[in-house]
Amino acid sequence: MTISRRTFLAGSGAAVLVLGLSPSGAVASAKTDAALNPFVKITSEGKVIAVVKHFEMGQGPTTGLSTLIAEELGVGMDQIDYEFAPSNPEVYNNLLFGPFQGTGGSTAIANSFNQYRQAGAAAREMLIQAAADAWGVDAGGLKIVEGQVTGAGQTASIAEFVVAAAELEAPSEPRLTTPSEWRLIGNPDIRRLDSKTKTNGQAMFGMDLHLPEQMVTVIARSPQKGGKVASFDDSGSAQVKGFIRAATLPNLAGVAVYAEDTWAAFQAREALQVEWDMSDAETRSSDEIKAEIMAALDFAPTYNATGNEQSEVAAAIDGAQSVVEETFYFPLLAHAPMEPLNCTIEPDADGGVTLHDGAQMPTGPHMALAQILELPMDKVRVKTMLAGGSFGRRATPDADYQVEAALAFAITDRTRPVKLVWSREDDLRSGYYRPAFGHKVRVGVTDGKIVGWEHQVAGQSIMKGTPFEAFAVRDGIDHSSIEGTNDTPYQIPQLFVGLTDTKKATSTLWWRSVGHTHTAYVMEVMMDMAAKAAGADPVEFRLGYLTGSEDADRKAAVLQLAAEKANWGNAPAGRYHGVAVHKSFGSYVAEVAEISGNPEDGIVIENITCAVDCGIPINPDVIKAQMEGGIGYGIGHVMRDQITLAGGAVEQFNFPDYEPLRISDIRGIDVHIVMSEAAPTGVGEPSTPPSAPALANAIAAASGVMVASLPMSEEGVLFA
Amino acid sequence: MAISLKLNGRETTVSAEPGTPLLWVIRDELKLTGTKFGCGVASCGACTVHVDGVPSRSCQTYIEDVEGAEVTTIEAMEDIKVGAAVQQAWVELDVVQCGYCQSGQIMSAVGLLAENPKPSVDDVHDYMNGNACRCATYQRIRAAIERASEILEA
Ligand code: FES
Ligand code: FES
Repeated sequence: MTISRRTFLAGSGAAVLVLGLSPSGAVASAKTDAALNPFVKITSEGKVIAVVKHFEMGQGPTTGLSTLIAEELGVGMDQIDYEFAPSNPEVYNNLLFGPFQGTGGSTAIANSFNQYRQAGAAAREMLIQAAADAWGVDAGGLKIVEGQVTGAGQTASIAEFVVAAAELEAPSEPRLTTPSEWRLIGNPDIRRLDSKTKTNGQAMFGMDLHLPEQMVTVIARSPQKGGKVASFDDSGSAQVKGFIRAATLPNLAGVAVYAEDTWAAFQAREALQVEWDMSDAETRSSDEIKAEIMAALDFAPTYNATGNEQSEVAAAIDGAQSVVEETFYFPLLAHAPMEPLNCTIEPDADGGVTLHDGAQMPTGPHMALAQILELPMDKVRVKTMLAGGSFGRRATPDADYQVEAALAFAITDRTRPVKLVWSREDDLRSGYYRPAFGHKVRVGVTDGKIVGWEHQVAGQSIMKGTPFEAFAVRDGIDHSSIEGTNDTPYQIPQLFVGLTDTKKATSTLWWRSVGHTHTAYVMEVMMDMAAKAAGADPVEFRLGYLTGSEDADRKAAVLQLAAEKANWGNAPAGRYHGVAVHKSFGSYVAEVAEISGNPEDGIVIENITCAVDCGIPINPDVIKAQMEGGIGYGIGHVMRDQITLAGGAVEQFNFPDYEPLRISDIRGIDVHIVMSEAAPTGVGEPSTPPSAPALANAIAAASGVMVASLPMSEEGVLFA
Repeated sequence: MAISLKLNGRETTVSAEPGTPLLWVIRDELKLTGTKFGCGVASCGACTVHVDGVPSRSCQTYIEDVEGAEVTTIEAMEDIKVGAAVQQAWVELDVVQCGYCQSGQIMSAVGLLAENPKPSVDDVHDYMNGNACRCATYQRIRAAIERASEILEA
């Protein structure tokens, strides 16, 4: 996709002067701050404010987008701060999502790279022009260095020229810096802008908001999805000090309990008695859901994703010297971000409302609130706050928790802010899940080479029935169910991929790396099994299928780099290596897992060596952190986590039943970044897909046990 | 019910009902929101504070049990030598991602280094295993504890 140089200018209009709020929120009364365009504000003290259109769940866009502006503007990272953009899909849309403001698919940097550089460059040229006008010199001889306009024998802070610059016409084609000029982009010493406030308790997450007069609201929800409130008795709740009232939500999905503070709300909900109408509720168990998925794999798939004949591929495999086959199962998974879901709706003086939310996709809740509260769009404001993780959970197509808050607010007299709070139990039991999936694969190998790969996938579509259907579903195929298989950079002869959708089981949702969470596992475990059948080294074997295109070359390069850094083939005594490599969201990641022990006595994950090619690395240290985090997220879940249903109700309650990765689970991670001049791509998700299969392949190398059904703990694999 | 405690060095009286977790008194009544709610059942460590110098899960500490105690939260860590060293190391190494667990991580790390200034990797694992980080910043937490130990030694 090409991003038009004019894209941001289309939305920017003329430069405007705004009465400024200082970053601390205090009104800078006598002074004015200037917005030079929608993405760059400068305070009267000369502090640059990057207006960040993506939310921050830890993945680093506040630092990344600020880096792009600071680079072009000619200021240091200590001279820039950030604020979150308001909800406005015409100006702050994700350029890869169309007219929709949101974060997802590891696109924050990819879609913003040119836009934010242009914004910074335009601001630079306006400031320089204003200085040239003031000094009566030619703008051509001036530049900005560390926040100072210099040239023609003069030097002055950009603060001097902010007001004048804001009155100039924005240049339509500002000159962008070239890579040889970059001070900040690619600089491994650049630190995160949010580190300090996140280490001294000052950072404000949605959960931390206390508005005057606010009511804390928790919802009693049906234990089975789809249950409806028949009646409730709040006489017990009324005994709780701080309880205000309880009321059935208009959609009957739950009872809202209002209280003066969080603990009172939790206690009042505990004391509430609710009768549920379960006639439309989910009643199945996860075993039944699994049985349906596994049965679907025994029939011809509904959809053919590769366009060739399955029977021809099957025949090629049947004629091979050896055939490896395996059936895989992936359970439901919860996202479980560290900050339980929450948001606050505040009534505004003009009859509108402000939603305070760690909003991953502001456009969705913006529209939902306008509809539910019968307000025009411009009377609904979204104030994005820091999010304590998400992994996809804060972006539901139906804006689930913001809708709950809106319904809970709608049935009050709308004079007091309503702060909706979820508990950890709510998060695990009433949530949205990575759908369960099954795969069945047969690979034929003759003379050391793959001669056919037959791959069937079955599971519940995430995208169908959502507003994202048009975007992700083609010819009936939800690409997010199979991504990473039919579009693999591996040059596999005779590859067939088929898909069958299974019935809607529970609410499902994208989960860090979406379809790649299961497809990479299957592709990479099968690659190892095929290599074994071929009598070949797993790295060499893979490289044999990674030639002939830039895509394949980039994947080969990360594989070689990870193998080299991990000293592949020379594991220390008592240790075993497993490898996996996968492309997702435009980025290539290879990982080598080094383990010791065995499945009966306990596996120790000694180290993960990771190599990544994500195009031009903007903030190398943030990239490393995302690789580390994505590896932990992937491995933590395959070790021991799953969501199970009994009679339609989730069986897990809280972290003890959904045990997070702990510090001792992975003893070391080292990350290596491929230097690249390709357009930057995402880093939030791509290290997750290869992490679990690298571990699985290492366990197989250590013990001969290939784990094909997850989590590993359910298959008898112990971890020390 | 009025309960007195010493919060971050200051005599403080709160009016919570008996049975109220210290966490909610700190967050909702005293509006010190650096201490986080993650699970409510003592299994994530996000709510860790120091009670008489010992890291404690405030979600499972009842307010009546800290009558007269010294309670210290993340907001006061920069005033303590070990706390300041740990915070410095955390910033140097950019440990944080979403940041939501990090107050608790730091409170535990300070507790560890206060009693064991040169912990081994196993010591770190044992002490810090109760602090979950869903962003999996563990690699850097390990490194930052080592760095803080160096800072304190210098
Ligand atoms: S909130 Fe106290 S340990 Fe999780
Ligand atoms: S930094 Fe996000 S949970 Fe630890």
